[in-house]
Amino acid sequence: MKTIFEISRPGRRAASLPCSRVDQRFCQMSKLPPELRRSEPAELPEVAEIDLVRHYTLLSRMNFGVDVGTYPLGSCTMKYNPKFTEVAARLPGFAGLHPLLPQLRRGGLLAQGALQVIYELERLLKQITGMDAFTMQPLAGAHGELTGIMLMAAYHNDKGNQKSLVLVPDSAHGTNPASAAIAGYQVVTVPSKDGVMDPAAFKEKLSDQVAGVMMTNPNTVGLFNPYIAEIAEAAHQADALMYYDGANLNAIMGYAKPADLGFDIVHLNLHKTFGTPHGGGGPGAGPVGVVERLRDYMPISRVDVRGDGTLFLDYDHPKSIGYVAPFYGNFGVCLKAFAYILALGGEGLKEVSQDAVLAANYLRVKLGDKWQVAFDRPCMHEVVFSAEDKAAQHGVSALDVAKALIDEGFHPPTIYFPLVVKEAMMVEPTETEALENLDALVAAMGRIADKAASDPEALHAAPVTTPVGRLDEVSAARHPVLQEPQA
Amino acid sequence: MSEAKKAPEGLYYTKEHEWVKLEGGLAVVGLTDFAQDQLGDITYVELPEVEAEVEQMGEMCVVESVKTAADVYAPLSGTVAEVNSALEDAPELINQDCYGAGWLVKLSGFDQAELDNLMDAGAYVQLMTEGE
Amino acid sequence: MRFTPHTSEDRAAMLAALGLGSVDELFEVIPEPLRARSWDLPPGMSEPEVSQYLAKLAGLNAQDLVCFLGGGFYDHYIPAAVDALISRGEFYTAYTPYQAEMSQGILQSIFEYQSAICRLTGLDAANASLYDGGTALYEAAMMAVRKTKRKKLIVCTSVSPIYRIMLRTYTINLHLELVEADVSDPAVLQGLLDQDTAGLILQNPDFFGVLHDYAPHFAAVRELKGLGILGCNPIALAVAKTPAQMGADIAVGEGQPLGLPLSFGGPYLGFMAVSQALLRTMPGRIVGRTHDGQGRVGYCLTLQTREQHIRREKATSNICSNEALCALAAVIFLGLMGKQGLVELAELNMTQAAYARERLCAIDGVEPVDQGPWFNEFRVRLPIDARVAVSRMIDKGIAAGFPLGRYYPEQSNNLLVAVTEKRSKEEIGYLAEGLEAVL
Repeated sequence: MKTIFEISRPGRRAASLPCSRVDQRFCQMSKLPPELRRSEPAELPEVAEIDLVRHYTLLSRMNFGVDVGTYPLGSCTMKYNPKFTEVAARLPGFAGLHPLLPQLRRGGLLAQGALQVIYELERLLKQITGMDAFTMQPLAGAHGELTGIMLMAAYHNDKGNQKSLVLVPDSAHGTNPASAAIAGYQVVTVPSKDGVMDPAAFKEKLSDQVAGVMMTNPNTVGLFNPYIAEIAEAAHQADALMYYDGANLNAIMGYAKPADLGFDIVHLNLHKTFGTPHGGGGPGAGPVGVVERLRDYMPISRVDVRGDGTLFLDYDHPKSIGYVAPFYGNFGVCLKAFAYILALGGEGLKEVSQDAVLAANYLRVKLGDKWQVAFDRPCMHEVVFSAEDKAAQHGVSALDVAKALIDEGFHPPTIYFPLVVKEAMMVEPTETEALENLDALVAAMGRIADKAASDPEALHAAPVTTPVGRLDEVSAARHPVLQEPQA
Repeated sequence: MSEAKKAPEGLYYTKEHEWVKLEGGLAVVGLTDFAQDQLGDITYVELPEVEAEVEQMGEMCVVESVKTAADVYAPLSGTVAEVNSALEDAPELINQDCYGAGWLVKLSGFDQAELDNLMDAGAYVQLMTEGE
Repeated sequence: MRFTPHTSEDRAAMLAALGLGSVDELFEVIPEPLRARSWDLPPGMSEPEVSQYLAKLAGLNAQDLVCFLGGGFYDHYIPAAVDALISRGEFYTAYTPYQAEMSQGILQSIFEYQSAICRLTGLDAANASLYDGGTALYEAAMMAVRKTKRKKLIVCTSVSPIYRIMLRTYTINLHLELVEADVSDPAVLQGLLDQDTAGLILQNPDFFGVLHDYAPHFAAVRELKGLGILGCNPIALAVAKTPAQMGADIAVGEGQPLGLPLSFGGPYLGFMAVSQALLRTMPGRIVGRTHDGQGRVGYCLTLQTREQHIRREKATSNICSNEALCALAAVIFLGLMGKQGLVELAELNMTQAAYARERLCAIDGVEPVDQGPWFNEFRVRLPIDARVAVSRMIDKGIAAGFPLGRYYPEQSNNLLVAVTEKRSKEEIGYLAEGLEAVL
């Protein structure tokens, strides 16, 4: 399809701007010295509104979202995103609110509704996780990780601890080691045993040099680590902090809380657990919670309540790490998660975890007929299969399976992750996929398994139903074309 | 594929799959056939700067394919005397001719004694065979 | 309210397939002592109840204030088509386009966004966006540190103080030297530049709304092989000298003015563009154009070996998303404004601000602080503490601007006033009359 630049026609326009009623003598352009001006206008598209609306509507039709069909992308929790939360985020009282307003004298009184959203959401997230304080500032999950590691560093620096290492299991999300490294730590990988981090291997790597341990539980293969208490105790004895990657919190709501599992710092992915949309890759939100002894280091500002019941932004935390975001986080996303939690309530959230885990186990058993399950025991919210046998027998890889699923009308699972499973296919159905959709996925995967044996070439050629087939990623990386060339 | 293609005689090898050839007082360094095969289609080589100092088995440069990036280690300590700038536009030379046109760097000022830490072709092939 | 489709029969069928009697059995893997001891969350609510409650909270926020607040975040008009298009579920309920064949829509839109950012900045390559302007600035600073293998960052005090606090927060543990000084003065800059300088960070228009030509500054840092980083307002780029023309290596900025609501601080959009030499050290997602086996043009994520899912602890950044929907809004906004419209919008902002400046400076005791030229924001010195004046103006229904004393203690009487195309001549009149009355 042509780009918006290619459909541009000189002289067309969609802009509708008010006529300034200010006297022309105020016009500044003629007064702007040439060395401050750009020499040519930026070559932006020249299109009528209808051209543009059709262009992006057609592009939307070349895209697959949860609103279109089943999206069992493991670790990403592609659940349904309720529509009413979108309306809430667009209420003018929220959408039009300037973030600097509460920083004016008595300005907090002008944003009481927004501050209350943050204050109440903090209270709810504390209850859900068992933590003692939350900040909404982090703008995504990975950003929450970085914030959490910076809090870890602040804690150790404050105590005078000289620690340089962060332990990460081999099954971790790539963001974990990256976040630790970017915050200035060296990363040490701990091997898994039978799918989960092995307490013996962990203790071998543990030393007084270890600042913290980053884990998700259940982990990326969908397994709950039953040794978590032992691991946390050993870590705490070495004065290492336990970091909880909350990417998989959606599996345990109402059953377990990260604080009870021994974690000191947690980030949550609101776009996963609490149903805010992923937006084609963002925006997300990654609030961070901590236990009491880390509260002083939290980013400022903090929303707090005055004696008269009004809320205010408290900047008076001298041990705070500072600002990790310009203001109070991705407020619009937090607002949607708040609406979602209010709608579901405690029982509804517990039911989310129940149905998510039930659906994943249902697929584990049903798909297990024709597909290798990486760890064949009850899983939590996601289950990892392997195409290793199909690759060996028929030359059909996880990539081929994924592409064939596209032709079947499904978004494929996450493939080639976690790294600890060869030819991995990580399936996360979520709680919002109806039984008949799960059965349809099982049937489609069954057909693909059969075809792997009977006609592997057909799978190599998939997908054939999409606007383009498999793309040449090698030439894309060797000779990058990253923008529309200019005439 | 013949053994000779995998690891020609007369070169020195590291266990990280680099080779060294002594040529006109310089040490020519490249990736072995095994390494290029494992990496797949190489898309980019981040070459070191000329005159950079490298240490034996220290990180020297990075080669990238679509799905992986691999550190290349310096087989010998020394100074980067020359880099294969043809790789900037044609990284596929490593896939096509890893012991020839796909060389990476030439080192000067290296220590002959460090060659003792490297393997000959036979030992390298044996190491790979064990790994399989 | 629930969003799970399962009936009790569905659940029973799934449990039967697993040979289980109750769903609780699936959670037995969690050791008993670790189970949640409390679950004190409120009961669920219906959609109308939650909606009404949120509308009530929204109503507690000041909604009718006439807004002259800026500081890097502006009250611009958002054309209706922006929201209409980004509200399509195919876009906003999708995830990162890992499966390119079924994600051509978002991939192409990001490619178009990257193209638009390149055209605005004049630089060679843009990424798919970062979280916000502040994190984009931090990422740019870290690129300079990595690329030059040096430790010193020089930041001008006229760079957003909010971003400078963020920069301090992010770098505190990294053994870097962060030097903050008014390096818009070339003499001050010369005194600080040295062989250890990784990057020079400037902003145009600066935090006080003043437009600059930083070409000499960037030339000086380039001479010492450091990198030049310029923070920009994307609408000002329609008329201002581009980062490329000034010789900057990296341009970053906050994309909020491009069709994103103020939304109490986010979600926003950090844009980044770099020169060709820095392409492969740029953090974040990048979309490239390629083709399939039949020669059809398509788009995919590319140069992913820089990223955390492949490079893990050696990645250029830990970011694993972008602000895709915000980038989509931005490219739609830029398309709606168009080549000519964006210039007109920028000019309109400048004109309105100039009028407001003249009106305010006509008030007895109010003086301009800078010589200009300005974009759509400027500072004036009041005869009283600006916080007091602004507080009094609130009572008149006007957010008169941002008192600079909050971030610049020596500027307690200085007020930063932003004027966009949304402010009418009458509203500017109320601002001037109101301010005159409260001083």
